[in-house]
Amino acid sequence: MGAEAAIWAIFFLPLASFGVIALIIRPFLNRHYALSGFVLIVPLAAALGLSIWALRAVIVGQDLDFDPHLWLEVGSATIEMGLLVDQLTAIMLIVVTGVSLMVQVYSLGYMREDTGHARYFAYMALFTSAMLGLVLSINVIQLYVFWELVGVSSYLLIGFWHERPAAAAAAKKAFIITRIGDVGFLIAILYLFLQADQFAAENLNAFHIPDIWQAAQPVAMGGAILGGTALTWFALGIFSGAAGKSGQFPLHSWLPDAMEGPTPVSALIHAATMVAAGVFLVARFYPVFQASEDALTVVALIGAFTALMAATMALVMNDIKRVMAYSTISQLGYMMAALGVGAYGAAVFHLLTHASFKALLFMGAGSVNHATGTFDMRYMGGLWRRMPLTYVLMVVAGLSLVGIIPLAGFWSKDEILTGAWNGSGLVDGWVSRVTFVMLLGGVLLTAFYTFRMLYMTFHGEFRGGVDRELEVQEQATRDEATRGPAAPDQVPATSGLSGQHALVHLAESPVAMVAPMLVLGVAAVFSGYLVNPQWVKEFGIPGHWISEFLLTGVEHAAPVLADRIELHDFSRWIATISTVVAVAGLGLGALLYWRRQDGRQVPRRDPLEAAGPVHTLLSQKYYIDALYEGALVRRAFYRIIAGTLDWIDRNLVDGTVDAVGWIFRNIGSVIGRLQTGQVQAYGTAIALGSLLILLGLLLF
Amino acid sequence: MSLEAMLIISAVLFTIGLYGALARRNVLAVLMSIELMFNAVNLTLVAMAKYVAPAGLEENLSAVLTGQVFAVFIITVAAAEIALGLGIVFAMYRNTGSVDLTQVAELRN
Repeated sequence: MGAEAAIWAIFFLPLASFGVIALIIRPFLNRHYALSGFVLIVPLAAALGLSIWALRAVIVGQDLDFDPHLWLEVGSATIEMGLLVDQLTAIMLIVVTGVSLMVQVYSLGYMREDTGHARYFAYMALFTSAMLGLVLSINVIQLYVFWELVGVSSYLLIGFWHERPAAAAAAKKAFIITRIGDVGFLIAILYLFLQADQFAAENLNAFHIPDIWQAAQPVAMGGAILGGTALTWFALGIFSGAAGKSGQFPLHSWLPDAMEGPTPVSALIHAATMVAAGVFLVARFYPVFQASEDALTVVALIGAFTALMAATMALVMNDIKRVMAYSTISQLGYMMAALGVGAYGAAVFHLLTHASFKALLFMGAGSVNHATGTFDMRYMGGLWRRMPLTYVLMVVAGLSLVGIIPLAGFWSKDEILTGAWNGSGLVDGWVSRVTFVMLLGGVLLTAFYTFRMLYMTFHGEFRGGVDRELEVQEQATRDEATRGPAAPDQVPATSGLSGQHALVHLAESPVAMVAPMLVLGVAAVFSGYLVNPQWVKEFGIPGHWISEFLLTGVEHAAPVLADRIELHDFSRWIATISTVVAVAGLGLGALLYWRRQDGRQVPRRDPLEAAGPVHTLLSQKYYIDALYEGALVRRAFYRIIAGTLDWIDRNLVDGTVDAVGWIFRNIGSVIGRLQTGQVQAYGTAIALGSLLILLGLLLF
Repeated sequence: MSLEAMLIISAVLFTIGLYGALARRNVLAVLMSIELMFNAVNLTLVAMAKYVAPAGLEENLSAVLTGQVFAVFIITVAAAEIALGLGIVFAMYRNTGSVDLTQVAELRN
């Protein structure tokens, strides 16, 4: 009982701070800056403590199977609410509470000058609590509720500065595109409703997640209620929801736009936790995916393709947060691909390390923005002298992202590459090999864009920050005014002006911002090696600890299929190859960018622009946004669907109403003409009428 | 005279009255035509009472004389009705200065 209450508390503590902030602080105590921040930070710290306790309890094998509580009974379907605390959940709890805590501390500094801080922290509390509910859910309906709640809080936070049209549009786009993916997830859930009777016949509950695992197992294990094509489609439906949340191709285009939100929001939601919810969802239903080779093939190929394609777009972005957004999409692609080829532990491991170093990178971007007032890297440069701590931390996080030994990212990326190289019994050999090649290509691109980002931001001469950016924009507007009609598309889409930080003051950020970055920096260095030691068995941690730890969870759920997952030993060859590729990427970046700074205040041409049409294609994001908005939304949706409905409304519906009115108006005027007012005319009509009735009576 | 002859005379009277009531424009002529129609009806009633008295009721005077009693009533009521109608005609004449029925169409529209 005590254990269950403690784990529920992890979920309810942030929820309670949401209630307190939204209902008490925001209406009455909004003037007191930082009060709402502390109201969230203190319960979050407690939740982090409880999460660590829960992880320990899972490690020592304490019994954490709690009976779920009845929520609804709908016909033969019984919907319960409860806690599912397994290895995956325990790791996710640490990631979510840990990163969230760091981000909230950081927000104390970053949001200092924003008057909406109470609203901000209320949304953040809601998000954290929903995310914790999501990872703790034992019931798929319960999970879906929290799944949508994180979507809503993401919407609210992207549109936090809703007075900016770009932010409002980005929030709407994020919500709608993830919703398209969620339709697939919803269909998968509805399929469970259809099957509820079959589940009940086997004494299973169709919405109880462990029961769904059970149902997907081969007949010998008393499962196979879900099987064959239905199983594949069920898994693909779940993957569709996951792909929307995790920004996998072709539903990735919302994530870069989501950078319109405040930077700590990007760090927490659009880098570390919510976008990882898609990966978590696939991992949560892994026993189901394992049973379908086709579904895993789709997951692997889409993940690998996304990893490669998003990395190419990151090459040419000028907005530092957009580079990171594409980098996030690419890294999520790595995780999906790892799940697809059967490297289950590696995927969640990469989720863990990625959460630490990508959150750190975003915080660094926020710190840089705090100093320069802009997010456009063309107007930065030379910051390493002014912000040495931010610089060092960003370099550490960047190299961790690239995968340089011995930083955290190296270990997890290596684990994924090893898994893809060796493959598993779950998918065909060619799938693993294609995935491996694509992921290796991704490493090269990752190294290149990371170097470019760090170099443009921190090296060379300072290029004027937001002041210079505004001048250039004004100049461009004036030029256009003299030249002729202005083309509004040509104005840079993100000015990076939050309105709060539009002042250049080149100095290190306040302690509240730097301290959490330091903590994450430590995590970005050590977390990889500590949880997955390969060479030295130190601190009593066995090699492959995290992968084995996570696999015990899957084995417990799906004993037969999990046997097909093998753990592969650390391979020096693959580590060497990936390091060589990464260094080659860094070197290529250095070749193109190093020492090309001539001290001018004008942003110089990007060397990549020499690639001409390729550069245009990449900076236009493969025209996918244009395709979605121009062709799908404008043409297909507005013109065809909305146009047809408009025509039907105008012509059929309105036409019917008009016709009814017209008929009666005209009948009236025809009949009115008979009303002459002449008594004798009426008399004649009466006489003739009576005669007719009489005749009728006589004749019939 | 036979019943048929009575009924034919009555029908002819009625039709003449109807024609006059519907076709004449003079209100007084219309009133007179209505009187013709009353008389046609009275004639029918009396004729029916005389020729088609219910069988077995010959001794019952009140039953035998129903038609005639009706006719007397109708004559009385018609006299009252003519008095009323002439009143309306006077009012109409005073208001419009004519007794042309086609001019009286105030209720139209």
